[in-house]
Amino acid sequence: MATARIVIVGAGPAGIRCAETLLAAGLKPILIDENRRDGGQIYRRQPEGFTRDYVTLYGTEAAKAKDLHQSFDRLRGQIDYRPDTLVWNLTPGQLCCVSQGKHSTVDYDALILCTGATDRLMPTEGWQLAGTYSLGGAQIALKSQAVSIGHRVVFMGSGPLLYLVASQYVKAGASVAAVLDTSPRIKRIGALPKLLARPGLLFTGMKLLAQLYRAKIPVHLGINPLQVLGDAASGVSGVRISMAKGETLTIDCDAVALGYHLRPETQLADLAGCRMRFDEASSQWWLAVDEAGRTSVSGVYAAGDGSKIRGADAAEHAGRLVAMALLEDLQQPVNIGLRDEQRHALAVMDQFRLGLAQAFPWPAAQAKALPDSAIVCRCEMISAGELRRTVSEKGACEVNRAKAFSRVGMGRCQGRYCSQAGAEVIAAAAGVSVQQVGRQRGQAPVKPLSMLTEEVSP
Amino acid sequence: MMLHKADVVIVGGGLMGSAAAFFLRQRGQSVILLERDQIGQYASGVNFGNVRRQGRFLGQLELANRSWALWRRLPELIDDDLEFIASGHMRVCYREDEIPELEAYAAAPEAAQLDLKIYRGAELHERFPFLGPEVKGGSYAPHDGHANPRLAAPAFARAARRLGARIEEQTEVADVQKVGGEFTVTTTDGRQFSAERLLITAGAWGQKLSEQFGEPVPLDTHGPQMAVTEPVPYALPTVIGVYTKIPEEVIYFRQIPRGNIIIGGGYRSKPDMLNRRAYVEPRSILNQMDQMRRLLPGVGNLNIIRVWSGIEGYLPDSLPVMGPSGNVDGLYYAFGFCGHGFQLGPGVGDVMAELISTGSTSTSIEPFSIRRFASSAEQRTTEQRSRAS
Ligand SMILES: Cc1cc2nc3c(=O)[nH]c(=O)nc-3n(C[C@H](O)[C@H](O)[C@H](O)COP(=O)(O)OP(=O)(O)OC[C@H]3O[C@@H](n4cnc5c(N)ncnc54)[C@H](O)[C@@H]3O)c2cc1C
Ligand SMILES: Cc1cc2nc3c(=O)[nH]c(=O)nc-3n(C[C@H](O)[C@H](O)[C@H](O)COP(=O)(O)OP(=O)(O)OC[C@H]3O[C@@H](n4cnc5c(N)ncnc54)[C@H](O)[C@@H]3O)c2cc1C
Repeated sequence: MATARIVIVGAGPAGIRCAETLLAAGLKPILIDENRRDGGQIYRRQPEGFTRDYVTLYGTEAAKAKDLHQSFDRLRGQIDYRPDTLVWNLTPGQLCCVSQGKHSTVDYDALILCTGATDRLMPTEGWQLAGTYSLGGAQIALKSQAVSIGHRVVFMGSGPLLYLVASQYVKAGASVAAVLDTSPRIKRIGALPKLLARPGLLFTGMKLLAQLYRAKIPVHLGINPLQVLGDAASGVSGVRISMAKGETLTIDCDAVALGYHLRPETQLADLAGCRMRFDEASSQWWLAVDEAGRTSVSGVYAAGDGSKIRGADAAEHAGRLVAMALLEDLQQPVNIGLRDEQRHALAVMDQFRLGLAQAFPWPAAQAKALPDSAIVCRCEMISAGELRRTVSEKGACEVNRAKAFSRVGMGRCQGRYCSQAGAEVIAAAAGVSVQQVGRQRGQAPVKPLSMLTEEVSP
Repeated sequence: MMLHKADVVIVGGGLMGSAAAFFLRQRGQSVILLERDQIGQYASGVNFGNVRRQGRFLGQLELANRSWALWRRLPELIDDDLEFIASGHMRVCYREDEIPELEAYAAAPEAAQLDLKIYRGAELHERFPFLGPEVKGGSYAPHDGHANPRLAAPAFARAARRLGARIEEQTEVADVQKVGGEFTVTTTDGRQFSAERLLITAGAWGQKLSEQFGEPVPLDTHGPQMAVTEPVPYALPTVIGVYTKIPEEVIYFRQIPRGNIIIGGGYRSKPDMLNRRAYVEPRSILNQMDQMRRLLPGVGNLNIIRVWSGIEGYLPDSLPVMGPSGNVDGLYYAFGFCGHGFQLGPGVGDVMAELISTGSTSTSIEPFSIRRFASSAEQRTTEQRSRAS
């Protein structure tokens, strides 16, 4: 079936390598991305007209970024690339897209979801104040507009991106007030054997840390966030934390970048009916895929951080591997050597990602300790106390049930920012495991859809 | 095997079953309510939330009025707030020749309590300046309104439980039988419940149970389509819906005080009854946007943030099945509410409780009797018999 209509969603490292591999086998995929330019999250290209060089933009990853962009530029004329196009919904065999207010459908026989990941957030009292950003948001501000989110920025959360984005800020000359990590040092030591699976990357991470120390940025480990300080009128004025040894510390700042590593973007897979599984290591729901990226729904595949959060290098390998899985399913020959190379590389990266999960654990206990007054759902402004009451008074011990009663996860972010923390609050209040309270079902539209959207005839 | 017994067993914990459990307890009957999944998870929890009487089959208004009086007694009645507001309902049309139809409805004696007022021309656009120029007339019902469906059935069930009803969730009824003077209800996990009276409030699944008593009905299922916008300042208290004979023109919306505008209407989907999910038809959302721009031009650049659907049971005449069984003593039905059941919920619960505990009801429900399908059912059984022989 050489005429199979193949659609890839996401033009990040996974989607681009996937398209490249398919094209090499003579198949011309459609590649859709809501961004105006290729590159995905980490290798996001600056808007046309901006001329910062690769090292300024991508630091240690400059060579990889350049390679990916050049690969894409070679592909671009040979595939059907549709930038600035959001896939907002799907039905079996058909994607619903919107681009610049115009709606269209795209039929597919095979769908490869390379939709990436977004920040994983844990609320802190006061995080709804203007001036609180996600790490990803902070990075995008810097990368695409070359602006800092504030004059004095605190980076708080856990995970490698905390250090990465903080050091990118330092390098760009922004004032970083502190880097506050909820994970204690001991966790990192325990994770070292697994992290040594990728010594180069581990070394890069250490260099980042060294840069922060050299710039005399206070870095505190094992902290517990207590409150983002400030008021509705003037926004963030500081953060209050308790330190590893128990004493309380207040740090002045006018912006906070918050993040606890990443969560996969699985809405489209969910709408397609793909099975999900609970990943113990990261304590969140992931897409159930086989080693090569086949989901539980025939004809639907996934690669990159949208299926397994393993980082950008792994996304490139997984993109190639998923393309080869599709080729196999279409009875087309594949290069066995190249396939096995991807598999081996991914096995190493799996090891490393387990190390990261151990070194920078998701701070589930924070949800349990949130004061009743803390806002959990920023879109709908629902507090932890209100959510807990739906458990204690209304017996809602399941995420979708609690959403129906409390509205947590019902706002415009569709639960991206609150549903995982909400699940922890529910689980703690109900006295069950977070896995038991389930996960928020995906609902279209994947992102808000303008009422001015108009249909165009295909 | 443990046997559980009560005066009344209710199968199906949507709004009908939950409200019936509450009112039966108020009348002193012991009640066991069995719900396959979670209380109010299906149509009752995902509907549009219209607490609208106008436009209904005139023979249903007596029941709707009784229900409306109960809605008015909330939250005291069940000690819970269902966010009901009697903020008015406006039924509009795009054609001059439809106005006399609205007038005829308003003039019907059955509709007297609704206090309907017909608007047209300049008066209409003065009173409702946000309506599009294509709107030609409308019928305004000052006492109708809307409520939050997600809260309704669970709140009635909690109130029933506080009065002593026993409510079993995750309990699917597989088999119902009457032996001697008693009904025996067996669940898929092998539990048994028994009662002298049995009420079937199984929504779009009601016919599966009525069939077991030789009373099949031709129930079909559809998934009405819903969407909600991001919040904007609260400015549209009136629920507005279009009266038309053209299916894609059907659109209705309501704004809730926190600002979101909820939209419904247009094409319906065919639910997946195997997985018990009703999906959203993308074309129906696009159609809703089109129709909303026509009805409410100012809707402008608002965003839709969520869409959904739900499973509803429809009978060919668009009326529910409600009342005693035609075959079996002590058996009662209230299912198949055809997209209009949310408003009726409290009234249906109250009437069924009255009927079950006293043997009759002061409210006319004769048009909804299951007997109206009896002839065709008998025909089918005869056909089956002749095929079998
Ligand atoms: C703040 C931040 C910093 C990071 N830094 C690093 C780092 O230093 N090193 C590292 O290894 N990894 C880093 N990562 C992770 C890295 O971004 C990912 O591992 C990598 O980008 C994954 O590639 P991908 O192809 O799977 O997805 P992405 O690169 O995220 O690409 C996904 C693409 O899919 C598109 N898309 C998604 N949904 C839709 C839709 N419905 N319709 C249309 N298009 C859609 C998106 O627009 C996006 O372009 C970082 C991530 C974040 C958030
Ligand atoms: C999208 C949508 C929009 C609507 N909008 C409106 C509106 O605006 N206004 C209005 O008045 N009406 C509206 N309706 C209709 C209204 O929601 C329904 O008529 C009403 O909720 C029906 O209530 P019910 O209790 O009969 O059914 P349901 O809510 O479907 O409850 C039936 C229950 O029975 C259970 N059940 C079934 N079989 C078994 C079994 N074997 N064992 C145990 N339990 C069983 C089911 O799990 C279910 O919970 C709408 C409906 C939908 C779907």
